[in-house]
Amino acid sequence: MKYSVFSLLKEAFRGHTGWTPAWRKAEPKADYDVVIIGGGGHGLATAYYLATEHGITNVAVLEKGYIGSGNAGRNTTIIRSNYLLPGNEGFYEWSMKLWEGLEQSFNYNAMVSQRGVLNLYHSDQQRDAFARRGNAMRLHGVDAELLDREAVRRMVPFLDYDNARFPIHGGLLQRRGGTARHDAVVWGYARGADMRGVDIVENCEVTGFDIKDGRVTSIDTTRGTIRAKKVGLAVAGNTSRVGALAGLRLPIESHVLQAFVSEGIKPAIDHVVTFGAGHFYISQSDKGGLVFGGDIDGYNSYAWRGNLPTVEDVMEEGMAIWPGLGRIRMLRQWGGLMDMSMDGSPIIDRTPVGGLYLNCGWCYGGFKATPASGWCFAHLIARDELYPVAAALRLDRYATGALIDERGAGAQPNMH
Amino acid sequence: MRIPCPFCGPRGNEEFTYLGDASVQRPDPTAPAAAQAFHDYVYLRDNPSGLHQELWYHGGGCRKWLVVTRNTRTHDINDATFADGGARP
Repeated sequence: MKYSVFSLLKEAFRGHTGWTPAWRKAEPKADYDVVIIGGGGHGLATAYYLATEHGITNVAVLEKGYIGSGNAGRNTTIIRSNYLLPGNEGFYEWSMKLWEGLEQSFNYNAMVSQRGVLNLYHSDQQRDAFARRGNAMRLHGVDAELLDREAVRRMVPFLDYDNARFPIHGGLLQRRGGTARHDAVVWGYARGADMRGVDIVENCEVTGFDIKDGRVTSIDTTRGTIRAKKVGLAVAGNTSRVGALAGLRLPIESHVLQAFVSEGIKPAIDHVVTFGAGHFYISQSDKGGLVFGGDIDGYNSYAWRGNLPTVEDVMEEGMAIWPGLGRIRMLRQWGGLMDMSMDGSPIIDRTPVGGLYLNCGWCYGGFKATPASGWCFAHLIARDELYPVAAALRLDRYATGALIDERGAGAQPNMH
Repeated sequence: MRIPCPFCGPRGNEEFTYLGDASVQRPDPTAPAAAQAFHDYVYLRDNPSGLHQELWYHGGGCRKWLVVTRNTRTHDINDATFADGGARP
Protein backbone atom coordinates (compact mmCIF):
# COMPACT_ATOMS: atom_id res chain seq x y z
CA MET A 1 0.00 0.00 0.00
CA LYS A 2 1.40 3.35 -1.06
CA TYR A 3 1.11 6.05 1.57
CA SER A 4 -0.19 9.37 0.29
CA VAL A 5 -2.63 12.10 1.18
CA PHE A 6 -5.24 10.18 -0.84
CA SER A 7 -4.73 6.93 1.07
CA LEU A 8 -4.94 8.92 4.29
CA LEU A 9 -8.20 10.57 3.23
CA LYS A 10 -9.63 7.27 2.06
CA GLU A 11 -8.81 5.60 5.37
CA ALA A 12 -10.14 8.56 7.31
CA PHE A 13 -13.55 7.97 5.75
CA ARG A 14 -13.32 4.22 6.40
CA GLY A 15 -12.48 4.62 10.08
CA HIS A 16 -8.88 3.58 9.48
CA THR A 17 -9.87 -0.06 9.06
CA GLY A 18 -7.93 -0.66 5.86
CA TRP A 19 -4.34 -0.17 6.99
CA THR A 20 -2.21 -3.27 6.61
CA PRO A 21 1.00 -4.16 8.47
CA ALA A 22 3.97 -2.30 7.04
CA TRP A 23 5.93 -5.53 6.62
CA ARG A 24 5.30 -9.27 6.80
CA LYS A 25 6.51 -11.51 9.62
CA ALA A 26 8.46 -13.77 7.28
CA GLU A 27 9.43 -17.37 7.96
CA PRO A 28 13.00 -18.16 6.89
CA LYS A 29 13.32 -20.05 3.61
CA ALA A 30 16.04 -22.66 3.11
CA ASP A 31 17.91 -20.77 0.44
CA TYR A 32 18.72 -17.13 -0.36
CA ASP A 33 20.94 -15.23 -2.74
CA VAL A 34 21.93 -12.81 0.01
CA VAL A 35 21.47 -13.01 3.75
CA ILE A 36 22.01 -9.86 5.82
CA ILE A 37 22.70 -10.51 9.49
CA GLY A 38 21.42 -7.68 11.64
CA GLY A 39 18.00 -6.04 11.29
CA GLY A 40 19.03 -2.56 12.30
CA GLY A 41 19.06 0.51 10.12
CA HIS A 42 22.18 -0.51 8.24
CA GLY A 43 21.08 -4.08 7.56
CA LEU A 44 17.61 -3.07 6.41
CA ALA A 45 18.98 -0.23 4.27
CA THR A 46 21.33 -2.74 2.65
CA ALA A 47 18.42 -5.05 1.85
CA TYR A 48 16.40 -2.11 0.53
CA TYR A 49 19.14 -0.93 -1.82
CA LEU A 50 19.92 -4.51 -2.92
CA ALA A 51 16.30 -4.67 -4.07
CA THR A 52 15.94 -1.18 -5.52
CA GLU A 53 19.37 -0.52 -7.01
CA HIS A 54 20.56 -4.01 -7.93
CA GLY A 55 17.34 -5.98 -8.47
CA ILE A 56 18.33 -8.63 -5.92
CA THR A 57 15.18 -9.57 -4.02
CA ASN A 58 15.84 -13.15 -2.89
CA VAL A 59 17.21 -11.65 0.32
CA ALA A 60 16.69 -12.29 4.02
CA VAL A 61 17.45 -9.97 6.89
CA LEU A 62 18.03 -11.97 10.08
CA GLU A 63 17.48 -10.18 13.38
CA LYS A 64 18.15 -11.66 16.81
CA GLY A 65 15.42 -9.60 18.51
CA TYR A 66 12.97 -7.33 16.76
CA ILE A 67 14.07 -4.93 14.04
CA GLY A 68 15.47 -1.65 15.24
CA SER A 69 15.90 -2.95 18.80
CA GLY A 70 19.62 -2.24 18.85
CA ASN A 71 21.43 1.00 18.22
CA ALA A 72 18.93 2.12 15.56
CA GLY A 73 16.37 2.45 18.35
CA ARG A 74 18.64 4.05 20.93
CA ASN A 75 20.64 6.87 19.36
CA THR A 76 20.37 10.65 19.45
CA THR A 77 19.09 10.80 15.83
CA ILE A 78 21.58 13.37 14.54
CA ILE A 79 22.39 13.53 10.83
CA ARG A 80 25.31 15.57 9.51
CA SER A 81 28.26 15.41 7.14
CA ASN A 82 30.81 17.67 8.82
CA TYR A 83 33.94 15.56 8.68
CA LEU A 84 37.49 16.63 7.94
CA LEU A 85 39.21 13.72 6.23
CA PRO A 86 38.72 12.85 2.56
CA GLY A 87 38.06 9.16 3.27
CA ASN A 88 35.08 10.10 5.42
CA GLU A 89 33.69 13.35 4.08
CA GLY A 90 32.59 12.13 0.66
CA PHE A 91 30.93 9.13 2.23
CA TYR A 92 28.98 11.07 4.85
CA GLU A 93 27.97 13.67 2.28
CA TRP A 94 26.57 10.90 0.11
CA SER A 95 24.61 9.82 3.17
CA MET A 96 23.35 13.38 3.64
CA LYS A 97 22.21 13.49 0.01
CA LEU A 98 20.36 10.19 0.46
CA TRP A 99 18.70 11.55 3.62
CA GLU A 100 17.46 14.50 1.61
CA GLY A 101 15.56 12.26 -0.80
CA LEU A 102 14.87 9.36 1.53
CA GLU A 103 11.24 9.90 2.37
CA GLN A 104 10.21 10.22 -1.27
CA SER A 105 12.37 7.23 -2.13
CA PHE A 106 10.88 4.78 0.35
CA ASN A 107 7.47 6.48 0.71
CA TYR A 108 7.60 6.76 4.48
CA ASN A 109 7.76 9.73 6.80
CA ALA A 110 11.16 9.56 8.47
CA MET A 111 10.72 13.10 9.83
CA VAL A 112 14.04 14.25 8.38
CA SER A 113 14.49 17.72 9.79
CA GLN A 114 17.35 19.81 8.43
CA ARG A 115 17.43 22.11 11.42
CA GLY A 116 21.18 22.73 11.32
CA VAL A 117 24.05 21.27 13.33
CA LEU A 118 26.03 23.89 15.26
CA ASN A 119 29.43 22.93 16.68
CA LEU A 120 30.48 25.52 19.26
CA TYR A 121 34.09 26.60 19.62
CA HIS A 122 35.55 28.00 22.79
CA SER A 123 39.03 29.31 21.94
CA ASP A 124 40.95 30.90 19.09
CA GLN A 125 42.78 27.64 18.46
CA GLN A 126 39.54 25.72 18.23
CA ARG A 127 38.15 28.35 15.83
CA ASP A 128 41.13 27.73 13.55
CA ALA A 129 40.60 23.99 13.70
CA PHE A 130 36.90 24.42 12.93
CA ALA A 131 37.67 26.82 10.08
CA ARG A 132 39.93 24.18 8.62
CA ARG A 133 37.24 21.53 8.92
CA GLY A 134 34.69 23.90 7.40
CA ASN A 135 37.03 24.58 4.50
CA ALA A 136 37.57 20.86 4.00
CA MET A 137 33.82 20.39 3.90
CA ARG A 138 33.37 23.17 1.34
CA LEU A 139 36.09 21.69 -0.83
CA HIS A 140 33.93 18.56 -0.91
CA GLY A 141 30.93 20.64 -1.95
CA VAL A 142 29.34 20.51 1.50
CA ASP A 143 27.79 23.55 3.17
CA ALA A 144 29.63 24.96 6.16
CA GLU A 145 29.51 28.38 7.78
CA LEU A 146 31.85 29.71 10.42
CA LEU A 147 29.84 31.89 12.78
CA ASP A 148 31.15 34.42 15.24
CA ARG A 149 29.86 34.80 18.76
CA GLU A 150 27.12 37.30 17.91
CA ALA A 151 25.78 35.19 15.06
CA VAL A 152 25.60 32.21 17.41
CA ARG A 153 23.92 34.37 20.04
CA ARG A 154 21.18 35.31 17.56
CA MET A 155 20.52 31.61 16.93
CA VAL A 156 20.76 30.30 20.49
CA PRO A 157 20.52 33.26 22.87
CA PHE A 158 20.25 31.32 26.14
CA LEU A 159 23.69 29.65 26.20
CA ASP A 160 26.39 30.63 28.71
CA TYR A 161 28.52 32.84 26.46
CA ASP A 162 30.65 34.17 29.31
CA ASN A 163 31.37 30.88 31.04
CA ALA A 164 34.63 31.53 32.90
CA ARG A 165 36.25 28.30 31.76
CA PHE A 166 34.63 27.67 28.36
CA PRO A 167 33.37 30.96 26.90
CA ILE A 168 31.57 30.53 23.58
CA HIS A 169 33.52 32.25 20.79
CA GLY A 170 31.40 31.08 17.89
CA GLY A 171 30.46 27.97 15.98
CA LEU A 172 30.71 25.94 12.81
CA LEU A 173 27.26 25.51 11.31
CA GLN A 174 26.07 22.94 8.81
CA ARG A 175 22.56 24.07 7.94
CA ARG A 176 21.73 20.88 6.03
CA GLY A 177 22.43 18.78 9.11
CA GLY A 178 19.70 17.99 11.60
CA THR A 179 17.76 15.05 12.94
CA ALA A 180 15.56 12.22 11.71
CA ARG A 181 13.10 9.93 13.43
CA HIS A 182 15.24 6.87 14.15
CA ASP A 183 12.49 4.26 14.40
CA ALA A 184 10.77 5.54 11.28
CA VAL A 185 14.02 5.11 9.35
CA VAL A 186 14.09 1.44 10.35
CA TRP A 187 10.41 0.97 9.59
CA GLY A 188 10.66 2.80 6.26
CA TYR A 189 13.55 0.66 5.07
CA ALA A 190 11.88 -2.50 6.37
CA ARG A 191 8.65 -1.67 4.57
CA GLY A 192 10.44 -0.70 1.37
CA ALA A 193 12.49 -3.90 1.37
CA ASP A 194 9.52 -6.08 2.29
CA MET A 195 7.40 -4.62 -0.53
CA ARG A 196 10.06 -5.75 -2.99
CA GLY A 197 10.17 -9.30 -1.66
CA VAL A 198 12.85 -9.22 1.02
CA ASP A 199 12.16 -11.53 3.98
CA ILE A 200 12.60 -9.86 7.35
CA VAL A 201 13.07 -12.65 9.87
CA GLU A 202 12.90 -11.54 13.47
CA ASN A 203 13.79 -13.56 16.58
CA CYS A 204 16.39 -15.41 14.55
CA GLU A 205 19.86 -15.49 16.07
CA VAL A 206 22.88 -16.65 14.10
CA THR A 207 24.74 -19.41 15.92
CA GLY A 208 27.38 -20.43 13.37
CA PHE A 209 28.66 -20.38 9.81
CA ASP A 210 29.37 -23.33 7.54
CA ILE A 211 32.54 -22.50 5.66
CA LYS A 212 33.74 -24.84 2.91
CA ASP A 213 36.97 -24.23 0.96
CA GLY A 214 37.23 -20.77 2.46
CA ARG A 215 33.74 -19.79 1.39
CA VAL A 216 30.60 -19.41 3.44
CA THR A 217 27.86 -21.77 2.25
CA SER A 218 25.21 -21.60 4.92
CA ILE A 219 24.33 -20.09 8.27
CA ASP A 220 23.13 -21.90 11.38
CA THR A 221 20.43 -20.01 13.21
CA THR A 222 18.02 -20.61 16.04
CA ARG A 223 15.38 -21.07 13.32
CA GLY A 224 17.29 -23.62 11.28
CA THR A 225 20.06 -23.69 8.70
CA ILE A 226 19.85 -21.20 5.86
CA ARG A 227 21.90 -21.55 2.68
CA ALA A 228 23.21 -18.33 1.20
CA LYS A 229 25.41 -17.39 -1.73
CA LYS A 230 26.51 -14.19 -0.01
CA VAL A 231 26.30 -13.05 3.58
CA GLY A 232 26.52 -9.48 4.87
CA LEU A 233 27.33 -8.80 8.50
CA ALA A 234 25.87 -5.59 9.98
CA VAL A 235 25.61 -6.26 13.69
CA ALA A 236 27.30 -3.19 15.23
CA GLY A 237 28.25 -3.93 18.86
CA ASN A 238 28.13 -7.67 18.31
CA THR A 239 30.54 -7.62 15.35
CA SER A 240 33.37 -9.35 17.20
CA ARG A 241 31.06 -11.99 18.64
CA VAL A 242 29.40 -12.90 15.32
CA GLY A 243 32.67 -12.45 13.42
CA ALA A 244 34.34 -14.96 15.75
CA LEU A 245 31.76 -17.54 14.65
CA ALA A 246 33.30 -17.23 11.17
CA GLY A 247 36.84 -17.31 12.56
CA LEU A 248 37.44 -13.56 12.23
CA ARG A 249 39.44 -11.50 14.72
CA LEU A 250 38.65 -7.85 14.06
CA PRO A 251 39.93 -4.36 14.92
CA ILE A 252 36.84 -3.67 17.02
CA GLU A 253 36.08 -3.15 20.70
CA SER A 254 32.50 -2.99 21.98
CA HIS A 255 31.83 -0.05 24.25
CA VAL A 256 28.73 1.34 25.93
CA LEU A 257 27.39 4.79 25.06
CA GLN A 258 24.66 6.37 27.14
CA ALA A 259 22.04 8.81 25.92
CA PHE A 260 19.42 10.83 27.74
CA VAL A 261 15.98 12.36 27.31
CA SER A 262 14.48 15.04 29.49
CA GLU A 263 10.84 15.62 30.31
CA GLY A 264 8.90 17.25 27.48
CA ILE A 265 9.08 21.03 27.35
CA LYS A 266 7.87 23.65 24.89
CA PRO A 267 10.08 24.28 21.85
CA ALA A 268 13.34 25.63 23.26
CA ILE A 269 16.29 24.61 21.15
CA ASP A 270 15.81 24.78 17.39
CA HIS A 271 19.05 23.18 16.22
CA VAL A 272 21.46 20.45 17.13
CA VAL A 273 24.07 22.15 19.33
CA THR A 274 27.35 20.56 20.38
CA PHE A 275 29.82 21.59 23.07
CA GLY A 276 33.32 21.92 21.66
CA ALA A 277 35.32 21.92 24.88
CA GLY A 278 34.08 18.50 25.85
CA HIS A 279 31.79 16.08 24.09
CA PHE A 280 28.12 16.92 24.43
CA TYR A 281 25.33 17.24 21.86
CA ILE A 282 21.72 18.23 22.33
CA SER A 283 18.58 18.65 20.27
CA GLN A 284 14.86 18.61 20.96
CA SER A 285 12.49 15.96 19.72
CA ASP A 286 9.09 16.78 18.28
CA LYS A 287 7.55 15.45 21.49
CA GLY A 288 9.44 18.16 23.36
CA GLY A 289 12.04 16.06 25.15
CA LEU A 290 15.62 17.25 25.06
CA VAL A 291 17.72 14.46 23.56
CA PHE A 292 21.37 14.58 24.52
CA GLY A 293 24.51 12.57 25.07
CA GLY A 294 28.25 12.72 25.53
CA ASP A 295 31.21 10.39 25.55
CA ILE A 296 31.20 6.63 25.68
CA ASP A 297 31.84 5.20 29.15
CA GLY A 298 35.29 4.12 27.94
CA TYR A 299 35.62 0.43 28.79
CA ASN A 300 34.71 -2.77 26.94
CA SER A 301 31.10 -3.64 27.58
CA TYR A 302 28.25 -5.79 26.28
CA ALA A 303 25.99 -4.86 29.20
CA TRP A 304 23.66 -2.39 27.40
CA ARG A 305 23.98 -0.04 30.36
CA GLY A 306 26.59 2.33 31.68
CA ASN A 307 27.74 3.76 34.97
CA LEU A 308 26.99 6.92 36.90
CA PRO A 309 30.32 8.79 36.52
CA THR A 310 29.57 9.20 32.81
CA VAL A 311 26.05 10.41 33.60
CA GLU A 312 27.49 13.05 35.90
CA ASP A 313 30.07 14.02 33.29
CA VAL A 314 27.43 14.50 30.58
CA MET A 315 25.24 16.60 32.88
CA GLU A 316 28.20 18.79 33.82
CA GLU A 317 29.01 19.40 30.17
CA GLY A 318 25.40 20.28 29.45
CA MET A 319 25.35 22.73 32.34
CA ALA A 320 28.58 24.30 31.06
CA ILE A 321 26.91 25.53 27.87
CA TRP A 322 23.29 25.77 28.96
CA PRO A 323 22.81 26.46 32.69
CA GLY A 324 19.02 26.44 32.24
CA LEU A 325 19.26 22.71 31.67
CA GLY A 326 19.57 22.34 35.43
CA ARG A 327 15.90 23.25 35.89
CA ILE A 328 14.72 20.46 33.62
CA ARG A 329 14.29 16.92 34.90
CA MET A 330 15.91 14.02 33.16
CA LEU A 331 13.33 11.45 32.18
CA ARG A 332 15.13 8.49 30.67
CA GLN A 333 18.64 7.26 30.10
CA TRP A 334 19.84 4.18 28.25
CA GLY A 335 22.94 2.51 26.87
CA GLY A 336 23.82 1.02 23.49
CA LEU A 337 26.72 -1.09 22.25
CA MET A 338 29.13 0.75 20.00
CA ASP A 339 31.41 -1.12 17.61
CA MET A 340 34.41 1.11 18.24
CA SER A 341 37.04 0.69 15.55
CA MET A 342 40.74 1.22 16.05
CA ASP A 343 40.85 4.52 14.13
CA GLY A 344 37.33 5.73 14.83
CA SER A 345 36.13 5.22 11.26
CA PRO A 346 33.90 2.52 9.80
CA ILE A 347 34.65 -0.55 7.71
CA ILE A 348 32.67 -1.67 4.65
CA ASP A 349 34.67 -4.40 2.99
CA ARG A 350 35.13 -8.03 2.07
CA THR A 351 36.53 -10.43 4.66
CA PRO A 352 39.11 -13.21 4.27
CA VAL A 353 36.11 -15.59 4.14
CA GLY A 354 34.70 -15.84 0.61
CA GLY A 355 31.13 -14.55 0.27
CA LEU A 356 31.19 -12.94 3.71
CA TYR A 357 31.04 -9.14 3.75
CA LEU A 358 31.59 -6.85 6.69
CA ASN A 359 29.90 -3.61 7.73
CA CYS A 360 31.10 -2.42 11.13
CA GLY A 361 33.16 0.07 13.10
CA TRP A 362 30.51 2.79 13.22
CA CYS A 363 31.63 3.86 16.67
CA TYR A 364 28.92 6.14 18.03
CA GLY A 365 28.15 7.77 14.68
CA GLY A 366 26.32 5.08 12.76
CA PHE A 367 22.87 6.60 12.59
CA LYS A 368 23.74 9.44 10.23
CA ALA A 369 25.49 6.94 7.98
CA THR A 370 22.50 4.59 7.67
CA PRO A 371 21.51 5.38 4.05
CA ALA A 372 25.04 5.51 2.63
CA SER A 373 26.11 2.49 4.62
CA GLY A 374 23.25 0.49 3.16
CA TRP A 375 23.87 1.90 -0.31
CA CYS A 376 27.61 1.13 -0.35
CA PHE A 377 27.25 -2.24 1.37
CA ALA A 378 24.57 -3.29 -1.12
CA HIS A 379 26.87 -2.23 -3.98
CA LEU A 380 29.73 -4.25 -2.51
CA ILE A 381 27.61 -7.36 -1.99
CA ALA A 382 25.86 -7.18 -5.35
CA ARG A 383 28.85 -6.37 -7.54
CA ASP A 384 31.76 -7.42 -5.34
CA GLU A 385 33.35 -4.02 -5.84
CA LEU A 386 33.75 -1.05 -3.52
CA TYR A 387 31.46 1.91 -4.07
CA PRO A 388 33.70 4.94 -4.84
CA VAL A 389 32.76 7.15 -1.85
CA ALA A 390 33.36 4.22 0.52
CA ALA A 391 36.56 3.07 -1.13
CA ALA A 392 38.70 4.18 1.82
CA LEU A 393 36.67 2.24 4.40
CA ARG A 394 38.79 -0.88 4.00
CA LEU A 395 39.43 -3.63 6.51
CA ASP A 396 43.08 -3.86 5.49
CA ARG A 397 43.81 -0.18 6.16
CA TYR A 398 45.16 -1.12 9.59
CA ALA A 399 47.83 -3.20 7.85
CA THR A 400 48.53 -0.78 5.00
CA GLY A 401 48.60 2.29 7.26
CA ALA A 402 45.88 4.17 5.34
CA LEU A 403 44.02 4.94 8.56
CA ILE A 404 41.15 7.43 8.77
CA ASP A 405 41.67 8.87 12.22
CA GLU A 406 39.53 12.04 12.52
CA ARG A 407 40.52 12.60 16.09
CA GLY A 408 44.19 11.65 15.78
CA ALA A 409 43.91 9.47 18.86
CA GLY A 410 45.65 6.35 17.56
CA ALA A 411 44.67 2.74 18.12
CA GLN A 412 42.77 3.47 21.31
CA PRO A 413 39.05 2.87 20.68
CA ASN A 414 37.83 4.56 23.86
CA MET A 415 39.52 7.81 22.78
CA HIS A 416 37.67 8.15 19.47
CA MET B 1 31.23 0.08 38.99
CA ARG B 2 33.72 -0.16 41.84
CA ILE B 3 37.16 -1.58 41.23
CA PRO B 4 38.78 -3.43 44.16
CA CYS B 5 42.23 -1.86 44.01
CA PRO B 6 44.66 -4.16 45.86
CA PHE B 7 46.33 -1.14 47.48
CA CYS B 8 43.44 1.32 48.04
CA GLY B 9 40.47 -1.00 48.41
CA PRO B 10 37.21 -0.69 46.44
CA ARG B 11 37.04 2.64 44.61
CA GLY B 12 34.69 4.17 42.02
CA ASN B 13 35.71 3.68 38.38
CA GLU B 14 35.95 7.46 37.86
CA GLU B 15 39.30 7.32 39.70
CA PHE B 16 40.71 5.00 37.05
CA THR B 17 41.80 5.30 33.43
CA TYR B 18 41.11 2.45 31.05
CA LEU B 19 43.70 1.21 28.59
CA GLY B 20 42.22 -2.00 27.22
CA ASP B 21 42.88 -5.68 26.75
CA ALA B 22 45.65 -6.89 29.08
CA SER B 23 46.16 -10.18 27.28
CA VAL B 24 47.81 -8.79 24.13
CA GLN B 25 51.59 -9.17 24.25
CA ARG B 26 54.11 -6.96 22.46
CA PRO B 27 55.73 -9.19 19.83
CA ASP B 28 59.43 -9.64 19.14
CA PRO B 29 60.40 -6.91 16.63
CA THR B 30 63.26 -9.03 15.27
CA ALA B 31 61.07 -12.03 14.44
CA PRO B 32 60.57 -12.77 10.72
CA ALA B 33 56.86 -11.93 10.58
CA ALA B 34 57.14 -8.96 12.95
CA ALA B 35 55.07 -6.56 10.80
CA GLN B 36 52.06 -8.87 10.80
CA ALA B 37 52.55 -9.65 14.50
CA PHE B 38 52.62 -5.94 15.33
CA HIS B 39 49.48 -5.34 13.26
CA ASP B 40 47.71 -8.00 15.28
CA TYR B 41 49.10 -6.63 18.54
CA VAL B 42 48.14 -3.03 17.87
CA TYR B 43 44.82 -3.45 16.08
CA LEU B 44 43.16 -6.83 16.59
CA ARG B 45 41.21 -7.69 19.73
CA ASP B 46 39.24 -10.70 20.93
CA ASN B 47 36.65 -8.30 22.39
CA PRO B 48 34.93 -11.07 24.38
CA SER B 49 31.38 -10.98 25.66
CA GLY B 50 32.11 -12.29 29.15
CA LEU B 51 35.29 -12.37 31.20
CA HIS B 52 37.88 -9.84 30.01
CA GLN B 53 41.34 -9.14 31.39
CA GLU B 54 42.04 -5.44 31.10
CA LEU B 55 44.46 -2.74 32.19
CA TRP B 56 43.27 0.09 34.44
CA TYR B 57 45.47 2.87 35.83
CA HIS B 58 44.58 4.14 39.28
CA GLY B 59 45.49 7.78 38.65
CA GLY B 60 43.11 9.03 41.34
CA GLY B 61 44.66 6.79 43.98
CA CYS B 62 47.82 4.73 44.30
CA ARG B 63 48.92 5.41 40.69
CA LYS B 64 49.49 1.72 40.04
CA TRP B 65 48.56 -0.16 36.87
CA LEU B 66 46.11 -2.96 37.56
CA VAL B 67 45.03 -6.05 35.67
CA VAL B 68 41.29 -6.31 36.29
CA THR B 69 39.25 -9.38 35.38
CA ARG B 70 35.78 -8.12 34.62
CA ASN B 71 32.67 -9.57 33.05
CA THR B 72 31.76 -7.34 30.11
CA ARG B 73 28.16 -8.60 30.16
CA THR B 74 27.45 -7.71 33.77
CA HIS B 75 30.30 -5.34 34.80
CA ASP B 76 31.01 -7.72 37.72
CA ILE B 77 34.66 -7.62 38.71
CA ASN B 78 36.20 -10.93 39.72
CA ASP B 79 39.75 -9.90 40.42
CA ALA B 80 42.23 -7.00 40.39
CA THR B 81 46.00 -7.46 40.71
CA PHE B 82 49.03 -5.22 40.17
CA ALA B 83 50.07 -5.30 36.52
CA ASP B 84 53.75 -5.46 37.43
CA GLY B 85 53.12 -8.66 39.34
CA GLY B 86 53.78 -7.10 42.73
CA ALA B 87 52.18 -8.71 45.74
CA ARG B 88 49.42 -7.11 47.76
CA PRO B 89 51.11 -5.03 50.51
